[in-house]
Amino acid sequence: MSTTHAVEREHGLHLLRDMLRVRRFEEKCVELYSATKIRGFLHLYIGEEAVAVGAMQSLGPEDAIVATYREHGHALVRGVSAGAIMAEMYGRVEGCSRGRGGSMHLFDAATRFYGGNAIVGGGLPLAVGLALADKLCGRSRVTACFFGDGAVAEGEFHECMNLAALWSLPVLFLCENNLYAMGTAITRHESETDLALKAGGYGMTSWSADGMDVLAVETAARRAASEVRDGGRPVFLELRTYRFRAHSMYDPDLYRDKEEIEHWKQHDPIPALTQQLREGGLLSDADIQNLEEAIAAEIANAIAFAEAGRLEPVEDLERFVYWEPASAEAVNAQGSGT
Amino acid sequence: MSSVSPETRMTYREAIRQAIREALLADENVFLMGEDVGQYGGSFGVSKGLLAEFGPERIRDTPLSESAFVGAGIGAAMGGMRPIVEVMTVNFCLLALDQIMNNAATIGHMSGGQFPIPVVIRMTTGAGRQVAGQHSHSLEGWLAHIPGLKLLAPATIADARYMLAPALADPNPVLIFEHGLLYNQEGDQPPDATVDIECAAVRRSGTDVTLIAYGGTVPTALDAAEELAQDGVDAEVIDLRVLRPLDDRAIIDSVTRTHRAVVLDEGWRSGSLAAEISARIMEQAFYELDAPVARVCSAEVPMPYAKHLEQAAMPRSETVVAEVRQMLGGSDG
Repeated sequence: MSTTHAVEREHGLHLLRDMLRVRRFEEKCVELYSATKIRGFLHLYIGEEAVAVGAMQSLGPEDAIVATYREHGHALVRGVSAGAIMAEMYGRVEGCSRGRGGSMHLFDAATRFYGGNAIVGGGLPLAVGLALADKLCGRSRVTACFFGDGAVAEGEFHECMNLAALWSLPVLFLCENNLYAMGTAITRHESETDLALKAGGYGMTSWSADGMDVLAVETAARRAASEVRDGGRPVFLELRTYRFRAHSMYDPDLYRDKEEIEHWKQHDPIPALTQQLREGGLLSDADIQNLEEAIAAEIANAIAFAEAGRLEPVEDLERFVYWEPASAEAVNAQGSGT
Repeated sequence: MSSVSPETRMTYREAIRQAIREALLADENVFLMGEDVGQYGGSFGVSKGLLAEFGPERIRDTPLSESAFVGAGIGAAMGGMRPIVEVMTVNFCLLALDQIMNNAATIGHMSGGQFPIPVVIRMTTGAGRQVAGQHSHSLEGWLAHIPGLKLLAPATIADARYMLAPALADPNPVLIFEHGLLYNQEGDQPPDATVDIECAAVRRSGTDVTLIAYGGTVPTALDAAEELAQDGVDAEVIDLRVLRPLDDRAIIDSVTRTHRAVVLDEGWRSGSLAAEISARIMEQAFYELDAPVARVCSAEVPMPYAKHLEQAAMPRSETVVAEVRQMLGGSDG
């Protein structure tokens, strides 16, 4: 896919590196799932990398992120270490949720990463509340809330769009429209499939961008985030994307045409950016090799870290159901700052 | 009893209002939000006058979006605030149950203990006002099923006045159930006091039987105890106060002394808090019992409108008295 957005070499490499990190991490997760190292539900982000990578460029460390159960990529790009994510999926104490969350519930207070929410639409009220806290404290921060097209059918979506717009809360709503609510196509779950139009009904600035073009996502997200930050009001961004893999490892993917999947693979954001950088003379074969090697090493280290991780003693099963003061150091990064 | 001047009396409603006002004055991170808490003054009048004093940022009227504003309270708590969220009735909290269960109660554990969630969610509970089958239920037992939550049921003016501060100071989500029949209850203004939110309280000491109650059933239990006293039966009344985690020790200590227990619960009998308490007594004090534990719960119907039917459906002191008499009759011979 051609793009109209120019990019500097360093930034182009940075975007390519992060998309490749997510892609290779997810591919490794498939292997580890097949090897029964990872269990439970596993939802892969392959095909959608441009969305998280592009959108995350608009956020600073003071901003908050609320994501979905398809959030390995978001966590990784946000700065949660690959080792902590992998150890989480291995169910180890060293995991970013101490092995109590798994693939769908990655949390990291230090990077203001508020999950990892596996109830479709369930993260939106949290994002509204985080933004309300910022507004009440006079903090200039953005809460970025990722969710899929499936969430648009949930009542919580509509309640939260209304509340965020009514109260002028600094939430950046990022709808990752991959055209399917699990196995149900958007034309079969939405009366109005123009999601930006729908969001506009709440009096919120909203528009759509090509979610398969990382530079288009970044441009849109930067504009949207600055409107949220400076204007102190929510913005809705629809990012049109596609997942190349099935919904989860349990999904036989019987509801989509192979032709449709192949069509979207032609718009894979990683080859698209690679090609653009090459054509601009910004990327060499050696660069690609270096990126791939560094990423392979990062993932190998993450796996080694997870493999060496400890299992929580069963005597500690009921810990963290209620707050433990001892875990307070993990929280210093959130909330109380200015 | 000496007569008391009106200035030293207050209602349960006023006690809660004073508690909220005090919390707002003490900590700028505290705010109140919910349906009609502002301009209307609270659907039960609890927050009347607070909007004028604290303004619309801290006394926030919300749309009728229970899931969004309860979830926003949870999110704001994770963002460093101390929100008080008012839900009009326990029946309406079902619209926010996703947020209460899947987020408030769960994120602490699911994140490995990374986030305190100091939100307080207040709601009215209970029957007795002829508001029928969608405004009258006592669903505390459902919510008490959920690990990660703390549940409080103030039954006295002092608890209404002083439970909020420790609830707000608690780093966990706390649900407070205010029985609709108690709002107009008057009592002596409690002295400046603090109360704990861990322990049950003995509201009447006795030696022959333990009546275990909470919220709206505490007055019912006290009425029953008075009537039993006329028969020479000395009943102890325990006010649970905290519905999760339950104060097992207070229950077991009392039953160990009286050897008999009746559990009052305005929830339905099946799968109720009363069932849980009964099971705990069985597990921890079986050999102390002189009679099977009895339960006086709501009849298993959606609460009906007609007054006589509603009264018949609710736990009544006559039923409690009858249970105790049968129990004593059985053990005497």
